[in-house]
Amino acid sequence: MSFIRIYAIIMRHLYLYKGRSLPRFLDILFWPVVTILTWGFLSLYLNDINLSNLNFVSIILGAVIFWEITQRTQQSISIYFLEDVWEKNFLNIFVTPLTLAEFFSASFILGVIKIIITCAVLFVISFFLYHFNLFMLGFTLIPYVANLFLFGVSVALFINAIILRFGTSAQVLAFGVIFIIQPISAVYYPVSALPLWIQPVSSIIPVTHVFEAMRETMQGVPFNIQSFLIATFLNIAYLLVAWLFFKHMFASVKKKGLLLKVQN
Amino acid sequence: MPINVIETRGLVKDFGDFRAVDHLDLNIEEGKITGLLGPNGAGKTTTIQMLLDIITPTEGTIKIFGKEFPRFKEQALAKMNFSSPYVSLPTNLTVIENLLTFARLYSVPNPKKKIAELADFFEIQHLLPRITMSLSTGQLTRVNLTKAFINDPKLLLLDEATASLDPDIADKTRKALKKIQSERGVSILYTSHNMVEIEELCDYVIFINKGKIREEGTAKELVEKFGHKDLNDVFITIAREED
Repeated sequence: MSFIRIYAIIMRHLYLYKGRSLPRFLDILFWPVVTILTWGFLSLYLNDINLSNLNFVSIILGAVIFWEITQRTQQSISIYFLEDVWEKNFLNIFVTPLTLAEFFSASFILGVIKIIITCAVLFVISFFLYHFNLFMLGFTLIPYVANLFLFGVSVALFINAIILRFGTSAQVLAFGVIFIIQPISAVYYPVSALPLWIQPVSSIIPVTHVFEAMRETMQGVPFNIQSFLIATFLNIAYLLVAWLFFKHMFASVKKKGLLLKVQN
Repeated sequence: MPINVIETRGLVKDFGDFRAVDHLDLNIEEGKITGLLGPNGAGKTTTIQMLLDIITPTEGTIKIFGKEFPRFKEQALAKMNFSSPYVSLPTNLTVIENLLTFARLYSVPNPKKKIAELADFFEIQHLLPRITMSLSTGQLTRVNLTKAFINDPKLLLLDEATASLDPDIADKTRKALKKIQSERGVSILYTSHNMVEIEELCDYVIFINKGKIREEGTAKELVEKFGHKDLNDVFITIAREED
């Protein structure tokens, strides 16, 4: 593993933010801000009409920010991958000594950087506009965020493997797949609100356990170690499967001579 | 005894029922410019891509710098480079950003100094701050060649390096290539459809067609063997021959 090669890939993407790409800045800030504003005002309204004793601001904004972590991680890693597809750069970088592991370590670090910036903005807006402090979760925030991030990475790896095999015709997956997972991940409502037949499916999604545990913590229940362990175990398993799937697709693409064609 | 930087034995690549490369035994000698020639679909690009581990061979072995490839791929690729006008550098980065990226990918010590030295040689200093998409074809070719020499390669694979260049720029590019090759003793595997260029540049020529070696030797030897006036006629004869 060469850190300078990882650094090369990180910088190759960070150069794009050097004062010449407004859409890229908007991608980091615009949609997360719009989302937090929309849900934030809805939460205030629900609190005002006093439907129950629940604090909607805490529950909904906590869910929104947590979901943004998974969604933005997946999308950012997939878009960094697509940048090299769009720019027809795969052949250039894979004829250097760069390894697949280094390539994805760089994507992983870029994902972390983007999530830190996005979350910082969301924390500030939710704190000043809605008096919601996600840090009230204390140290439990770390295992929650780590699991949300890892799941985003696994989904991104899986999507990138499909894009690698089928080219830009599959790029729509980078923007859409995560939203198929959202309704059954208990993001805004508990698993018990889902139809009985779909609950087992929901339980094998790691982030379901994070959202359930997050809601409990916000209602004063101590950190649920069991939920954390299940989510972590599932995440490690999915990450391993997604990585093996990507490597398999990469080998298959090389065997079929499609690496150059993936760009077209 | 000459040392081979590339040796392939029984190299085969099948795409379904189509055999693109058919039991190819290549020997590319160290310190020479070798032309790999053949008509469209002869198997040149597939062969080059197998030598870069972009395509996995169906059968056969490859040795680069005497070591099994791709088993020792990381070490081999660190001493190799590749350039083709059909493979672009990211167009939304500046030239200096692109070159810095590749210098780092090849772990070049003191990359800025290296880039300055090569930019001077290929006369691209004034292009360094420009966005790559704003360059002309000739400028892009010189930037691609700068990238190709960024790691002081011992082996360079050049796929139609002067394609789409006007005769003046193509001539300058060939002279620059010849100069830097003789100064550094780089082994070059060169593909082109321009036979005048091949005669001018290459120490040795390998003709392939339908994935097999048809003829090899120096340009002069091949012209004499076929009794033609130049390599262009040799090319046409080989391209039109049947199995």
